[in-house]
Amino acid sequence: MIAELGLAALWLAAALAALQLAASVLSLRAGEGGETLGGVIRPTAILQGGVAALSFVLLMWLFIRTDLSVKLVAMNSHSAKPMIFKLAGTWGNHEGSMLLWVTVMALAGALIAAIERRLPEATMRATLGAQAFVGLGFYAFLLFSSNPFERLPRPVPEGMGLNPLLQDIGLAFHPPTLYFGYVGLSVAFSFAVGALLTRQVTPDFARAMRPWVLGAWVFLTIGITAGSYWAYYELGWGGWWFWDPVENASLMPWLAATALLHSASVLAARDALRAWTIMLGVIAFSMSMVGTFLVRSGILTSVHAFAVDPERGSFILALLAINIGGALALFGWRAGSIAEGERFALVSREGALVVNNVLLSAILGVVLLGTLYPLVTEAFDVRVSVGPPYFNPVSAIFALPMLAVMALGPLLRWRQDAVRRVRRPALLAAGLAVAGAVIAWLIAGPAGLLPTLGVALAVAVGIASLLPLRGRRLTRTPLPIWGMVLAHLGIAVSLLGMASESAWSQERLAALAPGESAEVGPWRVTLTKVVPVAGPNWTAIEGDMDARYQSGSPIPIAPQARSFWSPSQTTTESALVTRWNGQLYAVIGEAVGDGRWQVRLWWKPLVTLIWIGGLLIALGGVLALIGRVLGDLKRRSVLAKRLRWRGEQPV
Amino acid sequence: MSRLNRIWLLAAAALSLGAPLCAQQSLPPAPYAYRQLPDPAQERAAHELMQTLRCLTCQSQSIADSDAPMAGDMRHQVRTRIAAGEDPEAIRAWLIERYGDYVSYTPHVSATTWPLYAGPAVLALIAALLFRRRLARRA
Amino acid sequence: MTKSWRLWLPLAVFAAFLGFTAYQLQQPKDDTIASAMLGKPLPRFALRPAVDGLPGAAQTDFADGKPRLLNIWASWCLPCIAEAPQLKALQEQGVEIVGIAIRDRPEDVARFLAQHGNPYTRLGADDLSEVQFALGSSGVPETFVVDGNGVIRHQHIGDIRAGDVPKLLARLEEAR
Repeated sequence: MIAELGLAALWLAAALAALQLAASVLSLRAGEGGETLGGVIRPTAILQGGVAALSFVLLMWLFIRTDLSVKLVAMNSHSAKPMIFKLAGTWGNHEGSMLLWVTVMALAGALIAAIERRLPEATMRATLGAQAFVGLGFYAFLLFSSNPFERLPRPVPEGMGLNPLLQDIGLAFHPPTLYFGYVGLSVAFSFAVGALLTRQVTPDFARAMRPWVLGAWVFLTIGITAGSYWAYYELGWGGWWFWDPVENASLMPWLAATALLHSASVLAARDALRAWTIMLGVIAFSMSMVGTFLVRSGILTSVHAFAVDPERGSFILALLAINIGGALALFGWRAGSIAEGERFALVSREGALVVNNVLLSAILGVVLLGTLYPLVTEAFDVRVSVGPPYFNPVSAIFALPMLAVMALGPLLRWRQDAVRRVRRPALLAAGLAVAGAVIAWLIAGPAGLLPTLGVALAVAVGIASLLPLRGRRLTRTPLPIWGMVLAHLGIAVSLLGMASESAWSQERLAALAPGESAEVGPWRVTLTKVVPVAGPNWTAIEGDMDARYQSGSPIPIAPQARSFWSPSQTTTESALVTRWNGQLYAVIGEAVGDGRWQVRLWWKPLVTLIWIGGLLIALGGVLALIGRVLGDLKRRSVLAKRLRWRGEQPV
Repeated sequence: MSRLNRIWLLAAAALSLGAPLCAQQSLPPAPYAYRQLPDPAQERAAHELMQTLRCLTCQSQSIADSDAPMAGDMRHQVRTRIAAGEDPEAIRAWLIERYGDYVSYTPHVSATTWPLYAGPAVLALIAALLFRRRLARRA
Repeated sequence: MTKSWRLWLPLAVFAAFLGFTAYQLQQPKDDTIASAMLGKPLPRFALRPAVDGLPGAAQTDFADGKPRLLNIWASWCLPCIAEAPQLKALQEQGVEIVGIAIRDRPEDVARFLAQHGNPYTRLGADDLSEVQFALGSSGVPETFVVDGNGVIRHQHIGDIRAGDVPKLLARLEEAR
């Protein structure tokens, strides 16, 4: 019964989306006379969000109850699974994650309809129409080719289980976080399309769009950070970024959204970069959809590939063609009639932001090219591999100058400024950067070119990121400024971690019998015993070890090699010891005979900074978002007061 | 059969993560699959090379990050050859001769890979042009 | 107002991407990694016998004017069981098959041959996958057609199905 209810809710939500789209089109056509029709749009959008959410909650309920008469549950769940992973199983598969996708999309539409008051009414209607249009495509995809509520002819006695790699608390919440980010960008997309339709690309439009982009960007940042940390501790070899197609698929929307965030700031503050901002709004969500397509169609090989199915691929490709193609055609048709906006000098805040936008877009281009390139050569029957040795140096060519500009940009004034005004802070940052690199070499030993430049730039960016606070009263500094400072500082922190990890990590592979020890960096690790351990749906071999930092007291650690039986697969559960200056990473492997066990150890100096930096970036985004929303509320209440004072009705 | 043994068997049976069609492999890993070279400089050279060689039975992982037995054998191959004094690039060339460019993550500039490097160069050029237009307009 | 054609560039780029992926999506997905050794002589190798009672394998066993099959397999590989009857059929047609067992124990090999039949005249043991790498083979099972001069002529990736038997026979005929 619940499955049928869920399916009915899904159909109803789709019908509401169709209604929303029709009302929007008709009211825009009727122009000023479309008031009645226009009035339908907001309530419909809100209702659609509610009904879609109901459908998703019902699917979750099926997973919680492990209803094995539903195909999706039988294929992806198991009664012996811990509750948290039953729940996570809802989105740990193709159909469920697509349902989450449309649900988030519908909820975003509902939220716009409920709270957005800044946009002109016509743009608002066009925006909600665009949101409904994109949503309809995904409803059709779900209903016609990926129905999550499909029943089995007869219930099965037991489910097949969830991929054990996904049975991890970090990963349980990683996909939904990323989805909130991907789909949140659909709002920017709809805003861009709406503004193109009504030709109202104004600073107010940018101010209205900015909080939505910020929100999506915060989720993306957290999602990527969490995903990277998960890969780090779960895959068992200490790598934290592999330039895998799926990782790239999440990085590309982030890069586009970052550029969009900054160009929207220029548009909001200075009424410049109108067409460019619109373009980025279209591109950011396009990257989300292209990423989803690449992962779901199985067109690229990836460690993460799931639900590989060419038919679904064709469906998503058709959606891409209609949505992105339509938006880009609209752009080609309309963007020419949007005036270019204000001008500015190269040496100015806008100038720096433009340089960063261009360089961010170039990095996006590099990632896109490197991800798609193997696909291109495959068409000519040549198979090539593009990996870290390509992505790292080539993206660094653009990233390093971008970071340098990022350090100085916030110190420049809007419109026009002089280089000599920022010469002193620039020299200070540069001097400290050189000093930082030299000190790092002295303490930790020589490093390659990229890590050395990374350390130097991290120091420079870190120092420079704090400078905008100079001369301000910290308690009265606006939240968005705090947000910028924290986010930029986060970039520096993360960069320092990356550089340090890649330059000074130490690896030790050993075959130890109980009682023997191995050394890695400043650590000495002793294997005390190897014991079997049983979990709810797995068994494991656990290596009990004592880790000693220099002459410190021993810290017990217990890495495991887990064997799940449904589906049958092994995972490594690495053991980590975190200190302020880095992490010890320990893995227990196979028995190698004569009572010895493989032990893999790494000492990774400052590695945690990578993710701390990521969280700082996200925190910066949150602060900026709060600042913007509070500012908007204050503005609204002032406006309302003023209207009341004049004896009029508030809008 | 002791409990430990039974669990161990389970673990071994499930180890076929990289190659789902393969049953349990009976031989232990190659000597240098999970053992480092005694000479740190040689080990560093081997590790750098291994990070840029693609595991053939897994999907988009380097042999340095993989538990697949074939990746282990390839690590053994790399380490023993480096220990014998072979140049890392010679080892890469030897593998490319057998598997094509696919096996190497470092695409050397060739007839098939030049757009990878030309692309960013073109991007940089476009970026520079965009810039110049901004500058010129100002003057 | 900017030149209008430039505003259409993003759409053009996207259309190219779309056309390309649409074409690619129709193509059968080929995940195999072909050996780049076709047309080249066999690499030098000499492997110890993989099982008692059969001689080991070396590249010097080829190059005597007679084309042969070189079968890469293992007793722990499930598709190899599926392939065993086809190898038997090829052997019955008079094809000489040299086997290379990857990462295998003599007792496991003996058990496999007792259970599924022995199509091999020679069987070498490749404990470290060295010969497999030298051949450019990326998995088990794989089968190479080697001509009478010891030159690799053809590679069959995956298990040999019944339909592949005549094709391999034709390849062997060509290599004569």
